[in-house]
Amino acid sequence: MPIGLESWTLARPEIFLAAATVLLLLYGVLRGEVATAFISVATAVALLVTAVLLFAPYREGTAFAGLFITDRLTATMKALVLVGAAISVLMSRTYFERAKAWRFEYPILVSLATLGMMLMISANDLMALYVGLELQSLALYVVAAFQRDSIRSTEAGLKYFVLGSVASGMLLFGASLIYGYCGGTAFVQISQALLEGRGAEVGTTVGLVFIIAGLAFKISAVPFHMWTPDVYEGAPTPVTALFAVAPKIAAISLTVSVLMGPFRPLLVQWQQVIVAASILSMVLGAFAALRQQNIKRLMAYSSISNVGYVLLGLAAGSEKGVQSIVFFLAIYMAMTLGTFAVILMMKRKDVMVESISDLAGLGKTHPMMAFTMLIFMFSLAGIPPLAGFWGKLYIFMAAIEAGLFWPAVLGVLSSVVASYYYLRIVKAMYFDETAEPLDQPAFDVNRVVTFATAILIALFSFAPQPLSLMAEAAAKGLFP
Amino acid sequence: MSSWPILSLVTFLPLVGALFCLVVGGPKEAVDRNCRSAALITSLATFLISLVLWARFDPTKASFQFEENLAWVPALHIGYHVGIDGISLFFVLLSTLLTPICILASWESVQVRVKEYMIAFLVLETFMVGMFCALDLALFYVFFEGVLIPMFLIIGVWGGKRRVYAAFKFFLYTLLGSVLMLLAIIAIYWQVGTTDLPTAMEKLDLPFQWQFWLWLAFFASFAVKVPMWPVHTWLPDAHVEAPTAGSVILAGVLLKMGGYGFIRFSVPLMPEATQYFAPLVFGLSCVAVIYTSLVALVQEDMKKLIAYSSVAHMGFVTIGIFVMNTQGVEGSIFQMLSHGIVSAALFLCVGVVYDRLHTREIAAYGGLVHRMPRYAFTFLFFTLASVGLPGLSGFVGEFLVLIGAFKANTWVAFLAATGMITGAAYALWLYRKIVFGELTKDSLKAMLDMNRREIAVFLPLVLITIWMGVYPNSFLDPIAPSVDKLIGDYNAAIKLAHTAALR
Repeated sequence: MPIGLESWTLARPEIFLAAATVLLLLYGVLRGEVATAFISVATAVALLVTAVLLFAPYREGTAFAGLFITDRLTATMKALVLVGAAISVLMSRTYFERAKAWRFEYPILVSLATLGMMLMISANDLMALYVGLELQSLALYVVAAFQRDSIRSTEAGLKYFVLGSVASGMLLFGASLIYGYCGGTAFVQISQALLEGRGAEVGTTVGLVFIIAGLAFKISAVPFHMWTPDVYEGAPTPVTALFAVAPKIAAISLTVSVLMGPFRPLLVQWQQVIVAASILSMVLGAFAALRQQNIKRLMAYSSISNVGYVLLGLAAGSEKGVQSIVFFLAIYMAMTLGTFAVILMMKRKDVMVESISDLAGLGKTHPMMAFTMLIFMFSLAGIPPLAGFWGKLYIFMAAIEAGLFWPAVLGVLSSVVASYYYLRIVKAMYFDETAEPLDQPAFDVNRVVTFATAILIALFSFAPQPLSLMAEAAAKGLFP
Repeated sequence: MSSWPILSLVTFLPLVGALFCLVVGGPKEAVDRNCRSAALITSLATFLISLVLWARFDPTKASFQFEENLAWVPALHIGYHVGIDGISLFFVLLSTLLTPICILASWESVQVRVKEYMIAFLVLETFMVGMFCALDLALFYVFFEGVLIPMFLIIGVWGGKRRVYAAFKFFLYTLLGSVLMLLAIIAIYWQVGTTDLPTAMEKLDLPFQWQFWLWLAFFASFAVKVPMWPVHTWLPDAHVEAPTAGSVILAGVLLKMGGYGFIRFSVPLMPEATQYFAPLVFGLSCVAVIYTSLVALVQEDMKKLIAYSSVAHMGFVTIGIFVMNTQGVEGSIFQMLSHGIVSAALFLCVGVVYDRLHTREIAAYGGLVHRMPRYAFTFLFFTLASVGLPGLSGFVGEFLVLIGAFKANTWVAFLAATGMITGAAYALWLYRKIVFGELTKDSLKAMLDMNRREIAVFLPLVLITIWMGVYPNSFLDPIAPSVDKLIGDYNAAIKLAHTAALR
């Protein structure tokens, strides 16, 4: 089938990003390490320009013989991913310079991974989905092990690779079952088959469960979360920040568009699975984090429980549910990036530290840094009037509308448990006395990110409307 | 109808002061001084504006006044809807009155992190006032929960020895209750399609099955806040560890959020369930009144004793609300206001001696009357107000509640009345131990009487207590139409439900 101009126009942002990445890679190869700073900034700019290209002008439709789809939902999700990736690239400089791993490959790999995420989000076919997912994953495996002289980093990379491959295998297996029972890999074919009742057999359900398992791996939902704490802890901190944001949002978007797209006719079947994964993630994320001392590990469990909330919104299986996911993810991204920016500023005698007790007395020694962290922690705990509350409110609204009362009750109860460990950080900062103060952070990107996100989160209640409108528009992608 | 948003002004003016404190810089001395003054000035200004509110309030109307209704999150049908009626008017005033008093009371006792302290108090004031003004369930929840953040910090940073434990307990207990209420609010939202309270009051017609669960969810939140036995255990800890001003706000305003919540939400939105659960509330309240009074008798810590007395007094409040007659509900509102003034003053009295001796142990004191006559007078005055001496504010509320309870259920009235006796016992016992007796302890001999700042703190409270006791009508008159409407609507709903059940 010939591919018309229309296809190329629809994929314009992706093509731009791919071209920019290749050019920057060439430039890096020719110039060597000296070009790292430039490439890093240029990559961030390229990512942001790509985000602009998504909306200026905005186009929607399917391309490349139905493999690729763009609509409001994909555009919004891609924008979130691109902004998250761009900010985390900018945030990485100080860390890698200190770790003597400031190489130009890092931004290039992140950019490639982001390209993979964009393809995942836009996938309209199980094969396109898989290709995007692998492009993302392969780049991220390398990035996790980027600090190659550190045992912890390489271990994280290896762990991520091995377990991630298992997940990919499951996904492929599920996809092949679906192909067998539904007679195609295109989302259109699948939903056609399911609507006509042809594919609604046990085999399809089994295939779907395998696909969900593979996706659950990528979004680190319980019971496929085991890799998360180790990888989050072991990977270099800027990489952890990236992992907590961009790939997670992309994989969630993918999960949403697969389950709410072709498999919506099977809602009753997958709803139970998602509800179970949601409850387990919320509860385990809350309880397992209680005793963590390492703040990166704690953030790993925090992200697991946040995925639980997202899945609750997904389990609602409604337009409100999709809206709530978009809304929640945007706020989640701001909170997470802000928190990691603070973590990246934690160093004592020029050595990065990452345990909660290192924050002791921060309220006295670094009032502003502590204050921003306070905002992030209360927001993550979901206490109004901070932004995190609105995210949870939206999710629970969707859940209650769908009649998921008990999951919602368990969700709010586990959020109370989870608030305990966020409060522990506040306690360390404000109630404890410092033994040895942290260094005064230099004025760099991390500080800007911290302040910007803290202000957004603290003042969100004054203008929640724009984000809710964005979420509403995005959900129209699946509910035209 | 006011042309300018006076309620929003009262609500958000403290934030302006907080913002000033946040950005002010310079040497520590100057920052501390500036923050103290800024906090005092903003909170006084807020109080003055809230007095305008009272002056312009029409006491004959039962409906909401000074309403402001803006679209806040139209996508979710959540509005910024504020307004006050007779029920909420005085709670707003109570909050704006106690905040400057707290700031004045902490003038010298708080020396560390003054800036943060003042910010926390001003933010707290915004949340408290906003909560009493909110006429939108989601808006209410935002303010209701938001209170936790500054209060957690106030207890945890400026508190006593076990402050961390107390702060966590306070936060987690109250959060646990509130999140269930959030789900109930969402459930109501899906029933009426908006979180607007007046609309919900009008349109909401839930089957009993629903009311049952929603009432329990709201109850979880408000009962913890009140606090009712057996979920009161966070209160003694929080009170004991909180700094004086923190205790004042806790006892003065935060406890009222529970009682106010019952009147504003549980009763009008879930009338049948309110009737159904009234015996439960009576039972728990009577236990609270008697049990916590007895517990108060054996306390060795002054603040703990007053904390338990608060639980007992709030037991009266919950009884008054759920007897659902004019005397009961008006009495419980009056009792909340009176308790807000009197218990706040009692905590301030403890603060006065605590600032001098740095202990709250009752045994460490005795014979203060010889050295501190002014203090002895003030303390006696509020002790008597607390036990319900006629002519002071405490009497009016308790008496009205008992009349109301007697009409509804004699046994409840009887059991609650015994609480008044034990209440007098522990309050007078505390007073005797601290103020009377021989002045034998060396540490007490050098104690100075109250200074002018402290007198300025107490004077308004003394005057208000007398005013409320001698001429309660200036407070009861604006309350009455709103309470009548509340009870009228409630009875109509119950009647409707009965006829529907008979049919």
